[in-house]
Amino acid sequence: MPTPYPALLVAGFRRFSTYRAATAAGALTNTVFGAVKAAVLVGTVAAAGGSVSGYGAAQAATFAWVTQALLAPVAVFADDELAQRVRTGDVAVDLARPVDLQLAAWADDLGRAAYTVLPRGLPPLAVGALTTGLALPGRVDGYLLAVVALALGVSISFGCRHLVNLSAFWLTDVRGLTTLYTVVATVLTGLSVPVGWFPPWLAVLAAATPFPSMLQAPVDVLTGRVAGAEALRVLATQVAWLGAVLLLGRVVLARGSRRLVVQGG
Amino acid sequence: MGEPSPYRAVLASRVRAQFSYRVSFASDVVANVAVGVSEFAVVYVVFSRVDTLGGLDVWQAALVFALANLTFALADLAVGHLDRLPRHLRAGTLDAFLLRPASLLGQLATSEVSLKRLGRVGVALAVLVVALPRTDAPADLRTAALLVTATVGGTAVFAAVFVLAGALQFWLVEGAEAVNSITYGGSNAASYPASVFPDPLRWAFTYVVPATFVAYLPVLTLLGLPGPAGSPSWLGWCSPAAALVVAGVAGLAWRAGVRYYTGAGS
Repeated sequence: MPTPYPALLVAGFRRFSTYRAATAAGALTNTVFGAVKAAVLVGTVAAAGGSVSGYGAAQAATFAWVTQALLAPVAVFADDELAQRVRTGDVAVDLARPVDLQLAAWADDLGRAAYTVLPRGLPPLAVGALTTGLALPGRVDGYLLAVVALALGVSISFGCRHLVNLSAFWLTDVRGLTTLYTVVATVLTGLSVPVGWFPPWLAVLAAATPFPSMLQAPVDVLTGRVAGAEALRVLATQVAWLGAVLLLGRVVLARGSRRLVVQGG
Repeated sequence: MGEPSPYRAVLASRVRAQFSYRVSFASDVVANVAVGVSEFAVVYVVFSRVDTLGGLDVWQAALVFALANLTFALADLAVGHLDRLPRHLRAGTLDAFLLRPASLLGQLATSEVSLKRLGRVGVALAVLVVALPRTDAPADLRTAALLVTATVGGTAVFAAVFVLAGALQFWLVEGAEAVNSITYGGSNAASYPASVFPDPLRWAFTYVVPATFVAYLPVLTLLGLPGPAGSPSWLGWCSPAAALVVAGVAGLAWRAGVRYYTGAGS
């Protein structure tokens, strides 16, 4: 019997491709925020005399647009889909299915990301190219590595969002936690400001979390900030974080599902 | 128009409801404090690298941040839940509101009051109190009058933008997130010195969504600083006027939206 996970990935892709207006609306909002972020980061570089931590004006603007382009595929903001299924008890149906819950959700999320990458990514990049210009390297091998780094970033993000959702087995109401996760992720992934600009204490804090591996890492590889052996080191760090969050997810799911009590039947 | 008392009764029940789930409410407030702090992280990181941004030093920029966040959080507390309109449209539950002998906007606006936003209000006030004495703002009546005008006017601007965003939902429904570019996007744009924006962006956030009226222009007036394009300093007093214009547009859009709405017969 063939493995069901590729089919689940395709199903995830198709599920999200149904909501075309929502996709367009999200791309518009990402682009407006990108314009403000590009202006603030370029203004900072200008005030610093032309360069901040290796970012010139062109690199700062490119960073702003590329992070906005990858925000949706990486899904920096937490959702509560699985948490709601835990709260209502629907998760019992998920657990009864003859597939692994974590792998099925991971496949679904990769399908979601694969769909969003072009319609949510191209509009901010196009507006960026037309207004500030984009400083992207012209090397094919860099882009291939960037695809791998992005897939890893999406997967690490999935692993962490999955953990937030699984906390519903204990908390029931996860709204506070999802908001907290989202605000921490917004800063530590590098979505607001490049991680390389952080003052030392914040940089140390960020490096101790998987967040920079979700967004800053693929953006660094895509924009050529890291290349060659250094890029491979970034990818290795991502693989390590992915292993850690997926393993933790399995442990938490196993313990949480033992706690689960569903009424009725 | 209905009597004001039913609105008050609903609001009082919403307040009681939030206090009856204490742990949830406390965690929501903490999360909203975190939202305010993380928004400030951008200002903090930027000024760890530079001494001025767009001609403002760290305390002047912090003042812009504080006013923008204070007014947005107050508006969000009062009417931010209007962004739930698409749920009513999809589920068909809007018809129940339309059957009641009271204004639809009045009912929806008073259907909730998100006290958890007080967390973000608190962060903005803290930044304001710390930053204000560290600027050259004179400690006089004019400063107080300008801050009160800016707070009332800015809150009204964002409240009107929330109503406008709600009105657009009648047409957008599934594309609801598009209005985030004027609500959250407006708040985001209002938080920074607009002098760093390229001209088209500054015009859009001055004349389309009057975000610069909320915090940047009042701070310039307060501190006697010149504007980017030599804008007159009395513009800093004009956020209530900007709010009236947006409220007028929002009112017309809301009426058109309600007329456009067709129930699903549920």
